[in-house]
Amino acid sequence: MALSRDQMAIRIARELQDGYYVNLGIGIPTLVANHVPEGMEVMLQSENGLLGMGPYPTEDEVDADLINAGKQTVTTAKGASIFSSAESFAMIRGGHVDLTVLGAFEVDAQGSIASWMIPGKLIKGMGGAMDLVAGADNIIVTMTHADKYGNSKLLPECTLPLTGAGCIKQVLTDLAYLEIYDGKFHLVERAPGVSVEEIIEKTAGELVVPDHVPEMEF
Amino acid sequence: MAGFDKVVNTYEEAMAGLEDGMTVISGGFGICGIPENLIKEIKKMGTKELTIVSNNCGCDGLGLGILLDDRQIKKMVSSYVGENKLFEEQLLSGVLEVELTPQGTLAEKMRAAGAGIPAFYTATGYGTDIAKGKDVREFNGRKYILEESIPGDFAIVKAWKADRYGNAIYRHTAQNFNPMAATAGKITVMEVEEIVEPGELDPAQIHTPGIYVDRLIQGTFEKRIEIRTVREG
Repeated sequence: MALSRDQMAIRIARELQDGYYVNLGIGIPTLVANHVPEGMEVMLQSENGLLGMGPYPTEDEVDADLINAGKQTVTTAKGASIFSSAESFAMIRGGHVDLTVLGAFEVDAQGSIASWMIPGKLIKGMGGAMDLVAGADNIIVTMTHADKYGNSKLLPECTLPLTGAGCIKQVLTDLAYLEIYDGKFHLVERAPGVSVEEIIEKTAGELVVPDHVPEMEF
Repeated sequence: MAGFDKVVNTYEEAMAGLEDGMTVISGGFGICGIPENLIKEIKKMGTKELTIVSNNCGCDGLGLGILLDDRQIKKMVSSYVGENKLFEEQLLSGVLEVELTPQGTLAEKMRAAGAGIPAFYTATGYGTDIAKGKDVREFNGRKYILEESIPGDFAIVKAWKADRYGNAIYRHTAQNFNPMAATAGKITVMEVEEIVEPGELDPAQIHTPGIYVDRLIQGTFEKRIEIRTVREG
């Protein structure tokens, strides 16, 4: 079975470490915040200028001056700090954020990522995504392995305009956990009940498959 | 106005001197921390052919979005513009030019402009479409692209409190792009919720020193919320 969105978030949460500063993108990455292991302290960075994002506010706590990068109302966590956009991207570009999780349309075997624009459709902008992929060393991309027509999103070379070139080393899809190095995808884990054959079939870029590919456990 | 006192009493005075074709740098993220009333004044003035540098372009009927109604904007320099329909129409029909800029690069372009730095190298965007035509240099084995700073004829910003000298404090994430925008205008106009006397604010807590601020005005703000997300109390 392909992983559910929540299972994908749970799997990514296993990459968290105590004391990590983490930037979570919109969509599945946001769900990771719900699965921080008990007893672990993680500080969430929001690129509009907040380090230490708390849960959504109660109706009484809603404050128009306190939002996240998705423009949603939020709260601050204990120990939070607030700063300007320049400061926020200084910590992103300076490599101070320990883990970045974001979605994508395509990733290729060179570690390039396309996530912000589909030609012919309206271009809304890259927001902070280009800065995040250029600045972070530890990035996990999360997306479905193939589109709804069955076309692979793990490609020899991205077909869409890039967000960043050669910057992605880890991908979690609904079918597998993969690493990227030496110009190839390397299969690390598979979703429970998903065969290696299915992953091979749905990976267009060159894929290295070890003798034993463990199943993820939930 | 005398000495360091930056206070003006009307929005007409606050935006006096804005002319067709000028570049205006605006603070704000989405519709959080935007200089609502200064934008309304630009609409009232009817100034045209403006280049607006701002992370976003407001929503339909709010913030910078209202300057689209009468086609006052020639060009937007932004990182994300997905919030309003009129924007989409004008973009597709070619009335409006858009220069999409990564968010961190945009913040740095404003900061650098205010700090007298004409351009800087960044890894952001290297190898992507936005790097086209830009100088590339390698430092310590990594490739970087040259990005130019953006000075504005006017900067319009919104702060929470300021003293009459323009020393200002922002509230929560309404800070966002405002401190950099404040440094980047030949004329910087700041609107605030409350003006206090010099000496009332703790000097060590000031976000924007008054040296950057040319005109200061107190206003009332709608502060609409774009996406209201709540949990059960």
